[in-house]
Amino acid sequence: MGFIFEGFSTALQLLLDGHPETWSAVAATVCVSSLSICVTVLLGAPLGFLLGYCRFPGRRAMRLCVDTLLSFPTVVIGLMVYGFISRSGPLGGFGLLFTLQGIALGQVLLGMPIVIAMVANAVENADDRLQMTLLTLGASGRQQLHATLWEVRYHLMLASVAAYGRIVSEVGISMMVGGNIKWHTRTITTAIALETGKGEFAMGVALGLVLLLIAFGVNIAVSGLKRRAAR
Amino acid sequence: MKKLIALLLFMTLVFPVAAMAEKPVLMMATTTSTDNTGLLDVLKPAFESDTGIDLRWTAVGTGKALAMGKNCDVDVLLVHAPASEKKFVEEGYGTDRTQLMYNDFVIVGPVADPAKVKGMSVSDALKTIAGSATPFCSRGDNSGTHKKELSLWKASGMPVPEKDAWYIQTGQGMLPTINMASEKNAYTMTDRGTFIKYAASHNGNPPMVVLVEGDGVLFNQYSAMAVNTKNCPQAKYDLAMKFIDWMAAPGTQKLIGDFKLMGKQLFTPNAGK
Repeated sequence: MGFIFEGFSTALQLLLDGHPETWSAVAATVCVSSLSICVTVLLGAPLGFLLGYCRFPGRRAMRLCVDTLLSFPTVVIGLMVYGFISRSGPLGGFGLLFTLQGIALGQVLLGMPIVIAMVANAVENADDRLQMTLLTLGASGRQQLHATLWEVRYHLMLASVAAYGRIVSEVGISMMVGGNIKWHTRTITTAIALETGKGEFAMGVALGLVLLLIAFGVNIAVSGLKRRAAR
Repeated sequence: MKKLIALLLFMTLVFPVAAMAEKPVLMMATTTSTDNTGLLDVLKPAFESDTGIDLRWTAVGTGKALAMGKNCDVDVLLVHAPASEKKFVEEGYGTDRTQLMYNDFVIVGPVADPAKVKGMSVSDALKTIAGSATPFCSRGDNSGTHKKELSLWKASGMPVPEKDAWYIQTGQGMLPTINMASEKNAYTMTDRGTFIKYAASHNGNPPMVVLVEGDGVLFNQYSAMAVNTKNCPQAKYDLAMKFIDWMAAPGTQKLIGDFKLMGKQLFTPNAGK
């Protein structure tokens, strides 16, 4: 029990003393999660729009699939990505295994269903008159996409925040694809797993708090954006 | 906003590439014991200054390390499961297996020693534990330590316990397993290095103590192997051999012997013996 409180003071120490290993893990985490969330939103938002806006056969089945993928275990995503980018796998030539880009690939797969499902849901529930208005005004497909996504911008933000939360806190993909290599692919979550495995529980709690601080910073930035968008 | 995203994307894509030095990189898969004890953190800078090679490792169980070698994801392996290693070489996945150092396994248990196994031989101790159905924690994860434990049950002439209520398969690393054994008042088998580390985290007064040690069957040999270029043409065989030769060199062997935790030697070098 005592290690929990010890963790709080250790967290402060790690950050203030400039503990190089912690900062290296912080840099890796920020780097890889930013890359992942950008790609996830850029790809996921249009796909979510298509799924929510267009009517085509098999759409309900596809929505069901996307909703099911929300429960994809991260270790299995890690295993699948590993299978593809291992030197003996089909994408082995790119040398993505044990790199941050490789981790990002897995995290995009993790975050994508969240963004697609939430955006599709928001688009479906958006005001019906919106689509009519856009059509009568003669909007092109691209314009419809932009206008609708703008209408559901808060939902898009919420989707991004939810996806970011899952991406930044996952450990299965980072461990399997990144390999937890010190100074290179050790993220905060794999460092937590390692420290816990070594029995350094206070250190694990401390690193967890550091991760929460990062998420806090990101959410402050997002709420700032939200206020600006509301004006 | 778009510019910001573009900038972020650019930075995250370029940063890791820019951070990669021109130094040749040797990728190794190794077991948790060499990493968790801090031995590799001592060896890495010495290896880098001697050869100019950037050594990177991923610390996993021996089973996973061998699978990574088979899939050509690493160039060299540092593991401790001689039987599996020999099979690995025979099947054409590895070459140049070189023994480097050893430590030993010990059977640890609660200070109160509920089954009274202190000072017994390994086979007597295991028979006593099984006979009295005293809880025993097993790694259960196909790691080198787990394989060793299974071989000890067989060598004691007993069927390997599986579903017995007293036989707890943790599926976790060595330190979590010792911690679980301590919580459950159970026995477990561990490598001595990890146990010293565990004792150190309890200020030298741990609730678990060494009860069986010094039996010849508890020997734990570490060896290095290069990944076979016949199976993996891209594997960096020359770098791997530099590492193996460097590990077996007298200077490095001394470094391994001098590595201490809490004033106790963890590994005994034995290359070429």
